[in-house]
Amino acid sequence: MSDNRIRSHPVLPVPQREAVTIYWNKEPVQALRDEVISSALIAAGIHVFGHHHNDGSAQGIYCANGQCAKCTVIANGVPVKACMTKVQAGMMVQSVEGLPALPEATTAPNLSDIQEVEVDVLVIGGGPAGLSAAVELGRLGVRTLIIDDKSELGGKLVLQTHKFFGSVEDSYAGARGNEIGRMLARQALDSECVETWTDATALYVFKDRKVGVLHDGRYRLVTPKIVLNAAGAREKFLRFAGNTLSGIYGAGAFQTLVNRDLVRPTRRLFIVGGGNVGLIAGYHALQAGIEVAGLVEAMPQCGGYRVHADKLRRLGVPIHTSHTVLCANGEESVESVTIARIDENFASIAGTEQTFICDTLLIAVGLNPVDEFTREAEKAGLPVVAAGDADEIAEASSAMFMGRIAGLRIARDLVAGAPDIPASLSAKADILKAHPGCIDEQEFSTLREGVYPVLHCLQEIPCNPCSTVCPTNAIHMKGDPILGNPYYEGSCVGCGKCVAICPGLAITLVDYRKDRAHPTVTVPYELSNHPVQPGSVVTVVDISGHMLDSLEVAAVVTMKENMTQLVRFKAPANIAAHIVNFIVQPQSVSRPLPQPTLPTQTPDDAMVCLCERVTVGEVRALIRKGVRDINQLKAITRIGMGPCGAKTCDSLVRQVFREEGIPPERIVENTSRPVFVEVPFGVFAAGERGSHE
Amino acid sequence: MSRAYDVVVIGAGSVGVPAALSLARQGLRVLVIDRCHSPGQENNKKAIGGVRATHSDYGKIQVSLRSIEIFSGWEAEHGDDIGWLSNGYSFPAYSEDDATKLRDLLKVQKGYGLDIDWLSPHEYEALVPGIDTTGLLGATYSPGDGSSMPLPAINAFYFKSLAHGATYRWGESVTGIETEGGRVRAVRTDKASYACGWVVNCAGNDAAAVSALAGLSVPVVPDCHEGAVTEPVQRFFGPMVVDLRPAPDSANYYFYQNKEGHVVFCITPDPPILGADSDATSVFLPQVARRMVALYPRLAHLKIRRTWRGQYPMTPDGFPIVGCAPELAGWVHNVGMCGQGFMLGPGLGELVTRIITATPNNDDDRILAGFHPKRRFKGMEVFK
Repeated sequence: MSDNRIRSHPVLPVPQREAVTIYWNKEPVQALRDEVISSALIAAGIHVFGHHHNDGSAQGIYCANGQCAKCTVIANGVPVKACMTKVQAGMMVQSVEGLPALPEATTAPNLSDIQEVEVDVLVIGGGPAGLSAAVELGRLGVRTLIIDDKSELGGKLVLQTHKFFGSVEDSYAGARGNEIGRMLARQALDSECVETWTDATALYVFKDRKVGVLHDGRYRLVTPKIVLNAAGAREKFLRFAGNTLSGIYGAGAFQTLVNRDLVRPTRRLFIVGGGNVGLIAGYHALQAGIEVAGLVEAMPQCGGYRVHADKLRRLGVPIHTSHTVLCANGEESVESVTIARIDENFASIAGTEQTFICDTLLIAVGLNPVDEFTREAEKAGLPVVAAGDADEIAEASSAMFMGRIAGLRIARDLVAGAPDIPASLSAKADILKAHPGCIDEQEFSTLREGVYPVLHCLQEIPCNPCSTVCPTNAIHMKGDPILGNPYYEGSCVGCGKCVAICPGLAITLVDYRKDRAHPTVTVPYELSNHPVQPGSVVTVVDISGHMLDSLEVAAVVTMKENMTQLVRFKAPANIAAHIVNFIVQPQSVSRPLPQPTLPTQTPDDAMVCLCERVTVGEVRALIRKGVRDINQLKAITRIGMGPCGAKTCDSLVRQVFREEGIPPERIVENTSRPVFVEVPFGVFAAGERGSHE
Repeated sequence: MSRAYDVVVIGAGSVGVPAALSLARQGLRVLVIDRCHSPGQENNKKAIGGVRATHSDYGKIQVSLRSIEIFSGWEAEHGDDIGWLSNGYSFPAYSEDDATKLRDLLKVQKGYGLDIDWLSPHEYEALVPGIDTTGLLGATYSPGDGSSMPLPAINAFYFKSLAHGATYRWGESVTGIETEGGRVRAVRTDKASYACGWVVNCAGNDAAAVSALAGLSVPVVPDCHEGAVTEPVQRFFGPMVVDLRPAPDSANYYFYQNKEGHVVFCITPDPPILGADSDATSVFLPQVARRMVALYPRLAHLKIRRTWRGQYPMTPDGFPIVGCAPELAGWVHNVGMCGQGFMLGPGLGELVTRIITATPNNDDDRILAGFHPKRRFKGMEVFK
């Protein structure tokens, strides 16, 4: 049986955990105590958890977030979501082939009253926005309850193993996301007024202004005076032939599996989407020892930060801009992906197809706010404020600011004499929200003496830790002190702090002091899982991954405090300033097959609704028949009526309407109904656990 | 002025769409007006889909028997799967009082030739494995009853009615009824006016308001019920289960497993919640879960997918109001379905067509007697 556990990681500690045995279709599988079933199965190389009752298609991990039901398995006789259910020693887990069977009841029903709780503020989501708001609310003595559907607070921050952008004083730039998440959680919990429920999923905001919450398996009704929706975002899905194969999912699910559960769900993946989410996922994959065959981006340039894209390219991951994914190929799981160049109308160009071997396709084509709590609270007449991605998709650093502002705003409604909201907060948030700006030409110093940093950071992004950390204040920002591009002017002492802190791994140090013909170049390195040591020969590359030379590593210095290594080379003077990093991934990983695999299906065979298996073609045919009411589409095709509750298909359906020339104002909106997440019926019958649970 | 339409049907729901289909099939020019944007967007989609003929009254029984023929034969005749399942209805009795009432009704129903019998607790448990048998005295079971899925069913009726030439106006509200010499002449909406010879009021919750536009009065009041659907699982029990026992906060509730494997259920709040507000409160799920899990503990593991609130357009006696308005020629009432519009709709659609085309069946008078708009509305139907 294969072992897909991550045993060592350059950034994450790998704790020793007790092994327990569970059974998968009667065969023993080694699991770890308290991990979820899906991760235990993936660690054992099991990716297909069953087959869909409509069309027999393979089902497996998809959202890894309890929002859909693609990972359903039968655990001790009961159909459960594998991504949300923890293993127990001896658990009998079975695949779901078609519809699951309901077990017979073995004990008397558990019946009791539902507990009701009153609070001033209910914060839905303990990520950067929710925690930052709770810090402010707690400070002002507002009784606040934070609920989060995960076991640990911090939201998506705790899944981030890379160093963050922003500024040191405002948003902990240079620290890794997971450290920032834990820091915020500690601050929020510092206040006696702030209570936290983890493993707590908000199910609905009812008309009687009560919020139904499933907390650690028990149903609670919370009556707040004000709701703060800080529930974050959900990933968009994409239409392409073969999008229904097992092994296609979002970057968020991938980060959960790799960086939270320390399992390797794939050996080689391909990424769709060059925003920050996709680019970062590629980097996280390399940190976890997973090959990245490539990344495809429809626009001529990645939408994410240039430094993120460059970082991937330098390590040996090709980025195919102006390309699209044509089809995923495979029997029931992904075996390869075919991409093609696109013209200015985003149509694929025949003859440009390339096929890459991979077992997983990560979809990172943008995020939508989780805005249902806001909508339903407004409908119920319950005052509600949204912050972070639930309000507007932006970086985590700006979510922290928007959360603080939201917290202060709410406090002003509840506490007499609450302070005004400093204007500087929203100004800062606006800076941190800024989209990447234009890209400067790189200019190299001709100076071949002394020691100085080379800044391979050419695009305006909100980030300035290099200037903060320099002991001689020799790194400055052009224009805005956070947004501007950095430049060097002053007297470098060669400490390497800027090299180690730069979140883009975009600063190197060139030192001519010992040898003017062969200066020492220091580059940052974070992939200790691809170890290098003095004497290793590597291919050094320039800013965007072009090969410069093969060089021998002269020294490796490990900076324990931020888990970064400084790797030194003796380099020819003519290329020294151009070296930024070295390739770690062999070219064979990203080489296309000699012959591309062309799609066997049309684009209209792609699935819009994965839960109920509805294709683009079925939706298009009904639109052409005159259907404009999404409720009627639902009624006829069942689209959006599956377990995920239209979370995946909603934006795809609108795309089909757009393609058919139907303006948004002619579309009749889908009616949303409780509950947002499927929950076992028995949970509503009993506020307290029974003896059988 | 020439008539643009022979018949205007007001309301494109469980009652209006099958009526339009039946009328259009007879070659009549039919217009259906609805303020929503597609068929069944009010209470059709809130219906759970039970279809039974085992009522207590001749008229409802006959109409429902015809509906069952239409539902059950639809797929064979037209090819659309409308989720028909001959799963039967059952009423378990947990008290001597209920058992006596059910057995008394059983005699009446058998007298009408209905396929219904009394099951022992043991026999009933075989049909609903795992149901609480503590205190169970037996149950009625009517295997000829069944269920159909309201969403695909109404859309199948709708597209078929289009094929027969019916026309629909979506997103239009009826604002007035024009009459001339004691006869309907046209239906006015917020967008246009449609001349017609007949009007069929199938307006569900709005029955009274629409009738009032014509100067008519029908005693129909929307009464809220709440329903839900679960994830689909393999079939694990057979019939619709109706639990008649009242609880402190609710009257009866009922549930069944539909053709696709979802369990669908509905509860009647007590005291009644009147009005057409369909937003869900937090009361429903714990209320119904406690009762259903106590009765049928297996349901505890089944995941709830969606819940909703809908209305029974209630009449004072629990029977519908169907037939010509004595005060206004050309006006046909087809309202007050008391939560049974989905099961009565197809049968009533044909009955209304026979009224308009003046081609009555032998027993139509007997059927319509119990639905008469000017009846005294005394008493209440048994086990409504």
